[in-house]
Amino acid sequence: MRKLLFKSLVTLPLTERGPDADDEALAALAGRLDAAVRKRLGRSLAIRMVDAGSCNGCELEIHALNNAFHDLERFGFHFVASPRHADVLLVTGPVTRNMREALERSYAATPDPKWVVAVGACALDGGIFAGGKGVAGGVGGVVPVDLHIPGCPPPPKALLGGLLALMQQQTR
Amino acid sequence: MTTTLADLFPPQSRRWARRVISAEQWLGLADRLESGAFTLVAHWAEPPLVHVALRDAAGSTGIFSVEAVDGRFPSLGGASRPARRLERTIRDLTGLEPEGAPDLRPWLDHGRDERGAARPYAFLPVDGEGLHQIAVGPVHAGIIEPGHFRFTAAGETIVRLEQRLGYVHKGLEGLMAGAPLERGARLAARACGDSTVAYSLAFAQAVEAACGVVVPPRAVALRAVMAEFERLANHLGDIGGICNDAAFSLMLTHCAILRERILRTCALLFGHRLMMDGVVPGGVSCDLAGAGEAALARLFKRIDNMLPALFALYEDTASLQDRTVRTGIVLYSLAKEFGAGGPVGRASGRPFDARRDVPYAPYDSMAFEVPVLERGDVDARVRLRFREAEQSAALLRRLLAALPAGPLRAEVPAREGEGAALVEGFRGDIFAWVRLAGDGRLAHAHLRDPSWFQWPLLEAAIEGAIVADFPLCNKSFNCAYAGHDL
Repeated sequence: MRKLLFKSLVTLPLTERGPDADDEALAALAGRLDAAVRKRLGRSLAIRMVDAGSCNGCELEIHALNNAFHDLERFGFHFVASPRHADVLLVTGPVTRNMREALERSYAATPDPKWVVAVGACALDGGIFAGGKGVAGGVGGVVPVDLHIPGCPPPPKALLGGLLALMQQQTR
Repeated sequence: MTTTLADLFPPQSRRWARRVISAEQWLGLADRLESGAFTLVAHWAEPPLVHVALRDAAGSTGIFSVEAVDGRFPSLGGASRPARRLERTIRDLTGLEPEGAPDLRPWLDHGRDERGAARPYAFLPVDGEGLHQIAVGPVHAGIIEPGHFRFTAAGETIVRLEQRLGYVHKGLEGLMAGAPLERGARLAARACGDSTVAYSLAFAQAVEAACGVVVPPRAVALRAVMAEFERLANHLGDIGGICNDAAFSLMLTHCAILRERILRTCALLFGHRLMMDGVVPGGVSCDLAGAGEAALARLFKRIDNMLPALFALYEDTASLQDRTVRTGIVLYSLAKEFGAGGPVGRASGRPFDARRDVPYAPYDSMAFEVPVLERGDVDARVRLRFREAEQSAALLRRLLAALPAGPLRAEVPAREGEGAALVEGFRGDIFAWVRLAGDGRLAHAHLRDPSWFQWPLLEAAIEGAIVADFPLCNKSFNCAYAGHDL
């Protein structure tokens, strides 16, 4: 273990420069966030992830946000274990009938002010699973969505760009 | 009573030949499942037919069908425990009643309509003094899929774990029935996103078996390249995740770096980090990008450096092994009874790997070792993944060094027929079955995730452990939710 740790001391960090905030995402958010709210939260956002019916593809890429290359926490984002600790719900998947209530309850348990970011093609309108017998529909049909990050699944860079847009809009 | 499948099919039958049998003969199968002569591979329905796919000790495979009469069919669940959740699913999805089934509670169907609350669910009763229950999920604390775990504990010791799944049930089979082949392939690729290559491969092989398509050699090799990259990346994710659940985050950090490097190389080579939709019926959808050679050489150098270093890190950290050794033991007898595949089965001494035991190209012409361990604990499942990761890296090298030239895709004719395939994903063997309508559409498709036969073993493995060991144990299984919930 010592060898690995020493090696980490002398090698350069792997962390890459973050992408610029996604302009489209920024435009989508314009006007949604109140100035007072921005001031109160500063530059720290707690994220609770809710899989409402995804195939697990989006989860893998959300996981990748935490690796050394992307290092999400340097931007002030961190994942929390409960919606009660969260500012942002990151929701993936088409919402299934069996997850609808759990998503509604997660949203209700998240204190105000709060934002919902829908992740992936399915989260928009059910995507390829739209019309499935167990599918209730897109995330927006169940809880109000502030930002949608497209992709199947969205690569970590796209996720970062979207989240940074949310943050910038908030602190502007 | 015959105990080999070969006796039940005409000689020279193809691998997954299907026979319609009488209810009486069907019950004969139940006896052979109970005695362990046959292993259950899949069990699904296409009303009015109910199918069961089996494998015998000699490695022969076959599918049997029985016709449901008045919406009822004889249950196999009394004799075969792995059949039980599958029969509950058949009942949920098709309404066919498994007659004589020991458990008739709904499984994937939670009884919710468009808006409504769920039907109450009867968890199994637990009796005893001083017991308490802990309900976890469907929304878990980590970045993972949803499911519900109901623990009954005496103090810190788990007396019973009961799982409740189906939260991400989308109605995949319903969406696939009647879909054009191309859409069917895209749906199969999204049945379980972490195994997208393996699912696409299983689906494609089933379609190819149904209409007699021969896949060009270059496509066969590229499919295996994608499949091994997927296995390697996922095993690294699992090793890191397991160690992290024992609070050893250094391993996760380094595994995640290597995993990210692999995904980036895959994006460079195939245009998608997870290689989604890379495997299609008839072949592959893209060739290796030319620019990838230097990146590949760099990647292999890093893998060669890091894998032994990470294994040494595991090996030398006694505090970590203190958590993993003798935790969450899966007995060989259970692994065999449930036909559990993948690292869960192989870490408990069940030496099954579809690449070798129900061989398909290109593995049928490649010699490789299938690592098997006996102890069946979390430690064995970690070690097995290390060995398999090394093996995948070696296979990748061989495949890439000898890539045949030629076309990437054979045409898939619009033909009527049915076909099945068993493909080894990183979790274990994925079964796919399709019936083609003849107009280029699917009449029916069924995909069976390896987790069906692993989830129940997690319930057994955790009994008597402390609650704090559950995340560790669960991660060492890493069963699928999406693939299971359909």
